[in-house]
Amino acid sequence: MVTLAKDRKLPAPTPNLETQQYWDGAAAGKLMVKFCLDCKQPHHYPRALCPHCFSDRTEWRAVSGKGKIYSYSVMRRAPVPYAIAYVTLDEGVTMMTNIVACDFDALRIGQPVTVVFQPSDGGPPVPMFKPV
Amino acid sequence: MSIKGKAYIAGIYEHPTRKADDKTLAQLHAEVAKGALEDAGLTKADVDGYFCAGDAPGRGVLSMADYLGLKLSHYDGTDSGGSSYIVHVGHAAEAIAAGKCKVALITLAGRPRAEGMATGTAPRNVTGDTPEGSFEFPYGPATANMYAMCAMRHMYEFGTTSEQLAWIKVAASHHAQWNEHAMLRDVVTVEEVVNSPMIADPLHRLDCCVISDGGGAIIVVAREIAKSLKRPLVKLVGAGEAPKGQMGGKIDLTYSGAVWSGPAAFAEAGVKPSDMKYVSIYDSFTITVLMQLEDLGFCEKGKGGRLVADGNLISGTGKLPFNTDGGGLCNNHPANRGGLTKVLEAVRQLRGEAHPKVQVKHCDLALAHGTGGLLGSRHGSATVIMERE
Repeated sequence: MVTLAKDRKLPAPTPNLETQQYWDGAAAGKLMVKFCLDCKQPHHYPRALCPHCFSDRTEWRAVSGKGKIYSYSVMRRAPVPYAIAYVTLDEGVTMMTNIVACDFDALRIGQPVTVVFQPSDGGPPVPMFKPV
Repeated sequence: MSIKGKAYIAGIYEHPTRKADDKTLAQLHAEVAKGALEDAGLTKADVDGYFCAGDAPGRGVLSMADYLGLKLSHYDGTDSGGSSYIVHVGHAAEAIAAGKCKVALITLAGRPRAEGMATGTAPRNVTGDTPEGSFEFPYGPATANMYAMCAMRHMYEFGTTSEQLAWIKVAASHHAQWNEHAMLRDVVTVEEVVNSPMIADPLHRLDCCVISDGGGAIIVVAREIAKSLKRPLVKLVGAGEAPKGQMGGKIDLTYSGAVWSGPAAFAEAGVKPSDMKYVSIYDSFTITVLMQLEDLGFCEKGKGGRLVADGNLISGTGKLPFNTDGGGLCNNHPANRGGLTKVLEAVRQLRGEAHPKVQVKHCDLALAHGTGGLLGSRHGSATVIMERE
């Protein structure tokens, strides 16, 4: 079977003091990830203090936007079916997302994907991924 | 300090309703409290400790203690979703062991069915005012798909099949046929489960628990009070609790917080998984049971599919009888929170008061375990071990 993804209305994220740069990046077409200058590890979702080592020396970096599907599930029982997923970025951090512009029935774990930015309902665009 | 042997479960009650159109939420809490006190042979005036969670109306403990007319020396409103009430049993035992109270009441109630909630398939708590909110709710994390992603990964890593998951529902249905209050009493087959409509890949409709109203209550008491009552003695011997989250993006969906809460409870009790005569395992979805059984140590990681297959969870014929009331998959899931009812059926088994068709012979050691929240993002795990004295 082939089940093509359709656009659905996305509730708007609400940027705050810790996350404004993430959403500003998204608006500029960049996927931003927080890295720790002390333990050198990335984390997601972004925080002021590193959740791995509790250092307050964290910085934003624009990343490649490339990664692989870690897991996914197509919600069939929804007004517009959608594919929720966790994608592991090439930089080593895993984030919740949706897989779009795809055939839901052809998705698989390990599939290479790349970031796209989808408009939200009155807020900044939201990073999602499509198969490469 | 250990809770081992310091506290007993003296009273339990499960509300018979599965659709409470004619009752308020607070009223359901009061009715289950009254039922459990009567079961124990105690009165409301005896209660000096009270525990409730996020299902309680208003300001939780404060609203409910006032509504119920309780005079308390100890209270605890810990909320970790459906696992809360198993946490509460452990906390009540701790409070009793520390001398903070002697008769602890734990209540749960809900009416999602009367309110027409799309419980499993619609995202809940859609808000940007939590740290993680804006990074999740645009993606539509409902309940079903956040468990489904764990199932998908489990299948990928370990070769677990939909048929193996289906056996969990089949076993629950075998038990539910004897429970007159169960919502789904028909025995189902593996084929019926895997051929039921897909909800969130790879979970089918019959991989999902029921949506029900109702509730339940538990009375935990000090040793001297338990000894003064006429009920069978069900002693608490071990408890463990642990949250698991996304670990800053080092996400691993193959295990749950039971890898921490289980060993803590077993160590405190001084027993091991193979000693258990009966287990109550939170069954929001079939995958929840499979992962928790692995994480509690009933089999090696990844081999849960083989453990649950071929009727192994069916009381009387299987090696590991579970959820003999039909569990969340068939009996009830009040307030979308299944932890409390897990304790109730374990207590019935230890008392010898389960339905004769599902009663485990010589049941003197049992475990109740729950997962609350979302297995695929943030959840609480709680384990209690009980012994018939």
